[in-house]
Amino acid sequence: MHLDVLDQELMCSGHVGCPGCGATIAMRFFLKALGEKTVMVLPACCWSVIAGPYPQSTLKIPVIHSAFETGGATASGVRAALDMRGDKDTTVVTWAGDGGTFDIGFQALSGAVERNEDFIYVCYDNEAYMNTGIQRSSSTPYGAWTTTTPGTDWKRLRKKNIVEALVAHRIPYAATANIAFPEDLVRKARKAKSIKGSKFLHIFASCPTGWRIPSEMSIKIARMAVQTNIFPLYEVEDGVRYTINYKPREYLVREYFKLQGRFRHLTDQDLDAIQEMVNEDWQLLLRKAGEHA
Amino acid sequence: MKRVLEGSHAVAEAVRLARIQVISAYPITPQTHIVEILSDYCASGKMNARFLRVESEHSCLAALIGAQSTGVRTFTATSSQGLALMHELLHWASGARLPIVMAEVNRALAPGWNIWTDQSDSLAQRDTGWMQFYCEDAQEVLDTMLMAYRLAEMVNLPAMVVLDAFFLSHTYEPVDVPEQEEVDRFLPAYVPEFRLDTAHPFALSPLVAPNAYMEMRREIAAAMDEALERLDSVEEKFAGIFGRRYGAVEAVCCDDADIVLVTSGTVTSTARILLEELRAKGEKIGILKIKLFRPFPVEAIRRALAGAKKIAVVDRNFSFGATGIFAQELRAALCNVPDHPPVFGFIAGLGGRDITTEVLASIVEQTKTADAPPAESIWIGLTEAAYAFGRP
Ligand SMILES: Cc1ncc(C[n+]2csc(CCOP(=O)(O)OP(=O)(O)O)c2C)c(N)n1
Ligand code: SF4
Ligand SMILES: [Mg+2]
Repeated sequence: MHLDVLDQELMCSGHVGCPGCGATIAMRFFLKALGEKTVMVLPACCWSVIAGPYPQSTLKIPVIHSAFETGGATASGVRAALDMRGDKDTTVVTWAGDGGTFDIGFQALSGAVERNEDFIYVCYDNEAYMNTGIQRSSSTPYGAWTTTTPGTDWKRLRKKNIVEALVAHRIPYAATANIAFPEDLVRKARKAKSIKGSKFLHIFASCPTGWRIPSEMSIKIARMAVQTNIFPLYEVEDGVRYTINYKPREYLVREYFKLQGRFRHLTDQDLDAIQEMVNEDWQLLLRKAGEHA
Repeated sequence: MKRVLEGSHAVAEAVRLARIQVISAYPITPQTHIVEILSDYCASGKMNARFLRVESEHSCLAALIGAQSTGVRTFTATSSQGLALMHELLHWASGARLPIVMAEVNRALAPGWNIWTDQSDSLAQRDTGWMQFYCEDAQEVLDTMLMAYRLAEMVNLPAMVVLDAFFLSHTYEPVDVPEQEEVDRFLPAYVPEFRLDTAHPFALSPLVAPNAYMEMRREIAAAMDEALERLDSVEEKFAGIFGRRYGAVEAVCCDDADIVLVTSGTVTSTARILLEELRAKGEKIGILKIKLFRPFPVEAIRRALAGAKKIAVVDRNFSFGATGIFAQELRAALCNVPDHPPVFGFIAGLGGRDITTEVLASIVEQTKTADAPPAESIWIGLTEAAYAFGRP
């Protein structure tokens, strides 16, 4: 496989993420695509730790750590100040987890996108609050165990569709990406960089620790999320033009679920119900993209 | 040039003259006049600044933390609920050592909804690492804003310039508005000690383990102490150009006073009128106006009160389960001074109730007639009628 990315590494080895952490893989590819003229806002999440304790930093770009719910707002301020300094070349990026995006940071993100601030907001999605020990978020999928949806009280609510929420803002560019599809991820990151206004990248990033999977399965399981249509790869321009980037369905939902400890409690009946939901969501997406199954 | 301005306008003029580059604010009564004027200034090109119209006060301060970290001078204004919503980020701004300056219009906290003046909002933020200046009139507001920027940027700490709702924010007074060239001489262009810069990448505000956190906190404490030391030279320079100075505290006729009224904000002006009346009758009254609340000017207060026989503190705020907050701080400042005078704590004017010369006269009278304070806090002017509404 040939990857058209810079040889440049903007992320150092020696970070403190868990082995097989999808969030670190996502960052590495993303920064290769963006390059060094990037300033990153990092609200509280696993990456606050992965980035290293004072006085070290895993990233070779300027980073401003920020309060959990402030990703959209802090980036707005950084952008405004760069503009006032006459620096139009530097790209401002917010790099936040699903909790910091779907939940507590949603207001600030919505505000920034409504103002069409010129920045890229990246949500790396590991489907729970991992930093604090695997608590459910509104990104946690139907059926999942977390420490706050334990035992028989597993999550019986669907995952919030964050891309559609952003699309409803008529955001210039929103796309999903996945650590198992690096060419697609790099292309989308570069595309986001080339567009003015607000951009949103939703990157699926497996978490061996929180999903109860072996670290060597991290990429395979992330890939299966696309191949099952659980996490389709697509992009939306100006809130209306949908493009689906990857279509064949190669696995059934149950095959993906069976590999992960967080879904171990589900019965065949539960899995059938989940398959139905995934099919329904996929049909909906096809319709939006003007395509047919 | 002398102009007739509201306190709010005085803030806006100072922001214009300080050449602020990024402003962010969210509307709340009684702060709105400040941001309305600044919006106009930005829209008309009278100021070369970006105005970020964010969706909450929390995002407002987050945006300024981002902007100031990128190396520009910033400003915001808020009140009451808005300041309370900012609480988390007030700590963040000082911890990140960002010299952000804010105008805080003192307003009561809900419930019940009350838009009138009360110091509980700003005083509840006393431990957040922001300097706090309480102003008496519109001229002082304008001047203090400029000095706050100068001092904040010297010590890398944020500052709050506090003004009473309506009594100051919405009251018109003659104000000497300085020329840009004079202000530029006093307040040079902002040169940040550090900023986000792709040519020199580093991480701001990362994870800090117990091995370094305490030292960082000590540095903030030292910066506060340094601010107290430097205020005098900042005022000196200001006075040299503009001919006005205020001091961390102002002692009026304290040296021979039997009773010193301790005041802050606009109540001080009312106390000045009473002082003239009572002095004319031969009553030895003094006033200690506390302008600087953080850092708390302990030495200056001890000096000013060295000759006082009794002290009466007027608090337009209350810390439930304790006392008025200025009284607390004053008692703490005096407790290690041998034979210090008794401190009477009075609670008055909460939620915008007027503190008239009569109210202050009754405070003086009650202080005069008691040898020792009858209670830690004496609530002034409570009426039966107000309670009666709530009764079945
Ligand atoms: C206001 C506030 N509430 C709670 C926290 C604690 N906290 C820090 S990170 C985090 C979870 C982050 O979850 P997510 O955004 O999904 O990122 P992840 O850790 O999963 O990578 C929480 C709850 C905080 N820092 N600030
Ligand atoms: S808990 Fe999950 S997301 Fe966090 S560092 Fe470990 S693998 Fe990565
Ligand atoms: Mg998460």
